Amino acid sequence: MSFFRRFAQNRGALVGLIILALVVLLAVLAPFLYPDSPWRMVQRPFLAPGEMAGFPLGTDTMGRDVAAGLAHGAWVSLLIGLISTVVALAIGVPLGALAGYFGGKIDDALMRFTEFFQTIPNFALAIVLVAILQPSTTSIVAAIAIVSWPPVARLVRGEFLSLKHREYVEAARLVGQTHRDIILKQILPNTLSPVIVLASLMVATAILLESSLSFLGLGDPDTMSWGYMIGAARTVMRQAWWLSVIPGVAILLTVLALNLVGEGLDDALNPQLARQR
Amino acid sequence: MSQPLLRIERLALALPEGADRLYAVDNVSYDLNVGEILCVVGESGSGKSMTANAVMGLLPTGVHATKGRALFAGQDVLAMNEVSHRALRGRRIGMIFQEPMTALNPLMRVGEQIAEVFEAHGLLTSRERRERALALLEEVRLPDPATALRAYPFELSGGQRQRVMIAMALALEPELLIADEPTTALDVTTQAQILHLIKDLQARRGMAVMFITHDFGVVAEIADRVCVMREGRIVEMGSAREVLDNPQHEYTRALIEAIPGDAVPPSRDDSASAPLLSVKGLNKIYRSSGGWFQPKREVVALDGIDFVLGKGETLGIVGESGSGKSTLGRCIVGLNTPDSGEIRLNDVDLRALQGRELREHRRRIQMVFQDPYASLNPRIRVGMAIAQGPIANGVSKVKALEQARELLATVGLDASAAERYPHEFSGGQRQRIGIARALALDPQLIVADEAVSALDVSIQAQVLALLDRLKREFELSLLFITHDLRVAAQICDRLIVMQKGRIVEHGSATEIFLSPRHAYTRELLAAIPGRHGERESVAAAAGSA
Amino acid sequence: MPYVSLILGRIGKAVIVLLAILVFNFFLIHAAPGDPAAVMAGEAGATDQQFLDDLRERFGLDQPLPVQLWRYMSGVMQLDFGYSYRQQMPVLDLILDRLPATLLLTGAAFVISLVFGILAGTLAAMRAKRPSGSIIMGLSLLFYATPLYWVAMMAVLVFSVMLDWLPAYGYSTVGAGYTGLAHVGDVAVHLILPALTLGLFFMAVYTRMTRTSMLSVSQQDFVKTARAKGLAPGVIQRRHILRNALLPIITLAGLQAGQMVGGAVLTETVFAWPGIGRLMYEALMQRDYNLLLGIFFFCALLVILFNMLTDVIYRLADPRIKEGVA
Repeated sequence: MSFFRRFAQNRGALVGLIILALVVLLAVLAPFLYPDSPWRMVQRPFLAPGEMAGFPLGTDTMGRDVAAGLAHGAWVSLLIGLISTVVALAIGVPLGALAGYFGGKIDDALMRFTEFFQTIPNFALAIVLVAILQPSTTSIVAAIAIVSWPPVARLVRGEFLSLKHREYVEAARLVGQTHRDIILKQILPNTLSPVIVLASLMVATAILLESSLSFLGLGDPDTMSWGYMIGAARTVMRQAWWLSVIPGVAILLTVLALNLVGEGLDDALNPQLARQR
Repeated sequence: MSQPLLRIERLALALPEGADRLYAVDNVSYDLNVGEILCVVGESGSGKSMTANAVMGLLPTGVHATKGRALFAGQDVLAMNEVSHRALRGRRIGMIFQEPMTALNPLMRVGEQIAEVFEAHGLLTSRERRERALALLEEVRLPDPATALRAYPFELSGGQRQRVMIAMALALEPELLIADEPTTALDVTTQAQILHLIKDLQARRGMAVMFITHDFGVVAEIADRVCVMREGRIVEMGSAREVLDNPQHEYTRALIEAIPGDAVPPSRDDSASAPLLSVKGLNKIYRSSGGWFQPKREVVALDGIDFVLGKGETLGIVGESGSGKSTLGRCIVGLNTPDSGEIRLNDVDLRALQGRELREHRRRIQMVFQDPYASLNPRIRVGMAIAQGPIANGVSKVKALEQARELLATVGLDASAAERYPHEFSGGQRQRIGIARALALDPQLIVADEAVSALDVSIQAQVLALLDRLKREFELSLLFITHDLRVAAQICDRLIVMQKGRIVEHGSATEIFLSPRHAYTRELLAAIPGRHGERESVAAAAGSA
Repeated sequence: MPYVSLILGRIGKAVIVLLAILVFNFFLIHAAPGDPAAVMAGEAGATDQQFLDDLRERFGLDQPLPVQLWRYMSGVMQLDFGYSYRQQMPVLDLILDRLPATLLLTGAAFVISLVFGILAGTLAAMRAKRPSGSIIMGLSLLFYATPLYWVAMMAVLVFSVMLDWLPAYGYSTVGAGYTGLAHVGDVAVHLILPALTLGLFFMAVYTRMTRTSMLSVSQQDFVKTARAKGLAPGVIQRRHILRNALLPIITLAGLQAGQMVGGAVLTETVFAWPGIGRLMYEALMQRDYNLLLGIFFFCALLVILFNMLTDVIYRLADPRIKEGVA
């Protein structure tokens, strides 16, 4: 269990893990704590936090419960962050693996393709995609996945490029293992740790992207999200600052937690300091 | 007797917590006198470089001195503050390192890097620095020193970079030069030149040299006195003559015996056997495609290679880096594709085969690799690593794993090793696992590419003996690729010497050692450190007298 | 000669990327729900059937797709990015009108983030084991994790609303009619908050990267050589470690350019900065897709030009590249 011990040695990572667990708990409990739609008007608007019992975080411009929005928003943020990362991995890992393993023309073609997506300014691309395909959870996930797979492909390709000349891979070729077995059994397991670290950071970036899109009014109109809450509060910042501060802090904490966990994973999975000496 | 230049007194250096032992070096004492070359000899992990690093103030983080003193010209460098220690570095003590390829800043011109030594100690004007740098490059006999001054490190070869390092270390005429394995990363002929250069400069300037090495051949070549270290302690110390001719400690004896020095390989049974592998007219040129508009480069790796390997024979292929010896081995096992030529195994041309048939023949040729740390997949258990080949060729998993356990026993490991992961084994053990893996497919030919080069000499001897035994037991032929003629001498029946993609000489091992015909072979033999040890050290003694 | 062919190669590659973006734009319009004519005209506004029919004819929407693609591409070749029916102006004019403000904002943010990022990263690397190093890294992680638009809003809240130190909105004081130096000063004051907030995130990126890069370079053999020469620690840090550590930063800066343009959309939206990012937000609000795609194309063009620039800088900084050694 030296993996967990190494992870736990990083105090930041532990704190991150605890925050993340709380956010996940909030997201999972949202439908039980606030069974009603977070869009429903429940009180008069602009209640400050603590002003009225039952509404610990107050109400927004339309009299909706901020706490309910926060809880439902947690669910949306985590879900979109997770799914879009999985989709991005599903695009990037195979492309990078094929490019790195086979090299030559296949590599050239796949890398030109990757470079193309990497050159396009990615937030602008996400905006255009969501705007034209119409905002929905699907289009948002698709847009985030499309702009975030290139780093995965490059990372996996780089790992494959260096690992495919390892002597154990050459030995596997000599004993007659198929390309499929070599890719899946010999090389891929050895690329996992950097991919896991990258994935945890990608979830964080995806959450930021989703919130930015919602802030610009490109969120799914059926779901309550943190970015939307901040966007809606922008015009009333002078009267009700807490309406933008509360969801902002929620995003900040979640993204921070994911980054801390990512760093902890990096320390635990790539113990370079332990290996040097 | 005057005061020694450097006196190490009961020095102990503690390793950080969690290391495999408490001290890097423990209770180490020795003296180094003016004008003397002291060789500190040991295998990896012996702590041989640590004392030198302590003297330089370059200890890795976490390692620190707990006991003893290191007196340089009467001053304890361990008790010095950083500023006065820095004033010593480069000025009174120079140091060169093992890896010339990475020891120079890739973004600075060679001249600037040499001039920096003067700058560090606030000496000379920038013009004078340049002039001195040029003079130094001349002194270390770099071809075309004026151009080299303006060159970036990547434009120089390994040997040339090491000369630059020496020029830098000698810039301020230090009283002590510390050389940490300075020739280990170089080809033999380059190694001989660099050793000669260091010895020559030492004699001319009368400095003291602490020369750290793992190679007793080098010791015979250069040392006045020797200090043999093992696991952080000194096991033997004395004059080079005493230690080489009459080693007291059995460890020293083992190290010296592992290197045959002047020994000539025994003549072996060279009755012609039936040919197993015949190679004819093999050519390979590496072309860098260089993108859309970049010029192409061509390197001839193989140029018309012909040879025959008999059943049960061990053929050595010897050459320096860039000779094409590894490409040849890789072409034979099928990791590289030659441009043209024939490779016949049991009189079947492998190059004409495809698909299943090719796989069926290919498995008769297996390979043992150089780097024991890279040749086993860290995430696959040892037993599975060996069984993979048979499984890929249709043997059932249970049977293949059973066979793997037997093979582990055959190569001298416990059968229970099958359940463990590679990181639990030492380099020598891993190399045995690699051999077991090659044997699993019941091959007729094993290509061993620098298979013992990464191992300590004492382990080398064991692995070589194992290969020799298995060869007889399994009726194998061996193609043994190495840069090290000494290793080739221990195991090979016949030798092929390669240079720049061509075979320059071909004959029985005895012939090649006793009466080399080609000039390059003679050069290689002469470059073997310690081979003509006697003559050289006599000459040096005469020179310094 | 190799330089000329190199530059030609880079330009060729850039042209291919731009052409691909055009094809992508074209198909995106056709992938959008509804009639492309309606999409172009802005789905909410143009319900006039006659107008839509005119559009269809003008864009040849009754023609086969390849013909339409050809028309679209050749139009762009002649710098015709179409017409914004919402703003009643050619797309190109709208963009060119707003471009200078965006260049000023992103340029300022870029310089701020690079200079302070490298400084902070260097400091954090040199003090890797001391509290001050940890504080720098903690702050940079904080900025890295904070949504850009939210930082912008908080900056407005604190520095404009609460403290009233700096203007919250716009490019210059409306109706003040400053000229000459006074105008420059006025714009500079308006620039401070947007440039700082946009730069903050990227500063965090560069800080982290510089630190990692410096720590890994400091493990290399040539640093030991430099110490063996007796060089002072400051000289080693500057001349040997930092110089080598900056190489990957150059590549990163090229890659970050695209992100910076995206960040500008958010910053300009919050600060009502009249650049193409704000224009993009307006196009979004009005469902003005023709304008949106035009801006998208221009953003890509900017990023590609910037990438070419960093490529040249990298080649100047690393002598190994010239010989094609890589």
